[in-house]
Amino acid sequence: MDHLSTIFDRGLGWLDASGPDSDIVLSTRVRLARNLQGYAFGPQSRVNDRRAVLARVRGTADKVELLTEASVHPLAELDGGTRRILLERRLISQDLLGETSDSELPRRAAAVVLSARDPVSVMVNEEDHLRLQVLVSGLALEGAWSMVDGLDEDLGRELPYAYDHELGYLTSCPTNVGTGLRASVLIHLPGLVLTKEIGRVLQGLSQVGLTFRGLYGEGSEVVGNFFQVSNQTTLGKTEEDLVDHLDRIVRQVIEYERRARRVLLRDAYQVTEDKIWRAYGLLRYARSLTFEEMMNLLSGVRLGAALKLLPGLRVYSLNKIMIFTQSAHLEDAAGRKLPPGERDAHRATYVRRILATEGVVIPDTEPPESSSGSGPDS
Amino acid sequence: MSDDPRVCSECGAAEAVVHLTQIVDDVASVLHLCEKCAASRGVDQPSPPPHSPLTDFLSQMTGPEEGATAEQEDRTCTFCSLTFAGFRENGRLGCPHCYTTFDFYLKNLLRRIHGGVQHVGKVYLPPDPTVSEREQRLEGLRRKLRFAISTEDFERAAKLRDQIRSLEPVTR
Repeated sequence: MDHLSTIFDRGLGWLDASGPDSDIVLSTRVRLARNLQGYAFGPQSRVNDRRAVLARVRGTADKVELLTEASVHPLAELDGGTRRILLERRLISQDLLGETSDSELPRRAAAVVLSARDPVSVMVNEEDHLRLQVLVSGLALEGAWSMVDGLDEDLGRELPYAYDHELGYLTSCPTNVGTGLRASVLIHLPGLVLTKEIGRVLQGLSQVGLTFRGLYGEGSEVVGNFFQVSNQTTLGKTEEDLVDHLDRIVRQVIEYERRARRVLLRDAYQVTEDKIWRAYGLLRYARSLTFEEMMNLLSGVRLGAALKLLPGLRVYSLNKIMIFTQSAHLEDAAGRKLPPGERDAHRATYVRRILATEGVVIPDTEPPESSSGSGPDS
Repeated sequence: MSDDPRVCSECGAAEAVVHLTQIVDDVASVLHLCEKCAASRGVDQPSPPPHSPLTDFLSQMTGPEEGATAEQEDRTCTFCSLTFAGFRENGRLGCPHCYTTFDFYLKNLLRRIHGGVQHVGKVYLPPDPTVSEREQRLEGLRRKLRFAISTEDFERAAKLRDQIRSLEPVTR
């Protein structure tokens, strides 16, 4: 458990909204699925296989540049709350965690490797032996791919991958075989939803070999107008083609979204402005918020920040709210389990505190009477 | 040691839930183990298959695969013992050999999912590469270099050039 203190600052790098187009694209993620030769994987892997794979990863990590200061965390050594924090930060998947409740142990020999410096992590013994991933701010597909590619080169030099000259990297699920690459961007599209253009855009995505999901990936609902867009196929194209194609399409979607926002400002300024301020007002003063309600309000406020209708509000604060108001994060801050009603109250308190202290919004176009310390951030 | 397959052959007390076939010196023997004894030997039961869209996709495609023989449908992977029915049920393969064992079915499936069946991405160079693996890798790197130049990604091109140089024989 001595690693615990190091876990809590991992996976947060993208929150700073430093990446390109980060007012619309929250984060970019690129992952590679890899398996090791000589061990069964997926549903056929036994605990002996998984232990051996974990041992090999442990023996390799310090020879890999991007992992020299990384820590290896078998999930069984972490308490339930910490495991769920990793899940909420998208550093591990529900599949790696398994269907376990807090008191049960996760799948044996399931582990996550977290880099100390870089936005890099490796899930060990998920559906595939290794899932290498990079998670960065904004739309930064090429950089994320290049980084995960470097990690893959170094790991592959030490570990014998399951690879076939015809089929490429062999994975448990045939939908990942070939490159094993899944690139995805988390994108906020309130303009397209409000102008009712979203259906056409999403339909268009499937026609060009892309797919979309909710916030938490496969099978999750879309909340707060946040969509995860990713490549659907992995075989028959180069990694660069896949990444480049997603990049071009996402840029187009961003352009559509910006156009929809201009339409909203031009044709429905009053309604839009009102919606945004109402959302801000509720978030600023509510005493109880479910996660879903908060996400929907946050969507309006995020739109307001991007349109400069809520001056002084930073995307960083809004990103932070999204992550730290999830159940495990709230319970970690409270230091105890929270029943749902109490959780909603804690969530509302956190949101009020952030909105009151970070990036104060001037509630009217008129400057405030006493302006000491309440001006907007420059 | 009891031969009753319902009773654990290790402790003789609990109900056997894992049946393990071992081959030692060409002689096969079957061990029947209870959950506890199986775990202590490092043998556990396969985890339940995750639900996924692919599983639905596969289960919709009922009936035998076109041109698949009864022998093919009865195949079991000799390395990880995944059966064809097991694969159809959860849509996941268990090891690299599965791709050969079930290739009669996978070829069509991969074409339907991906549109292609030939990997053209990164060419893997294993820790101790053979000459032909080295050649294939070089071919892949040169392909990537051409792409990098065509997209004016010169930083990447420079990296690829270094990688190519490190693999090419010195005298040429």
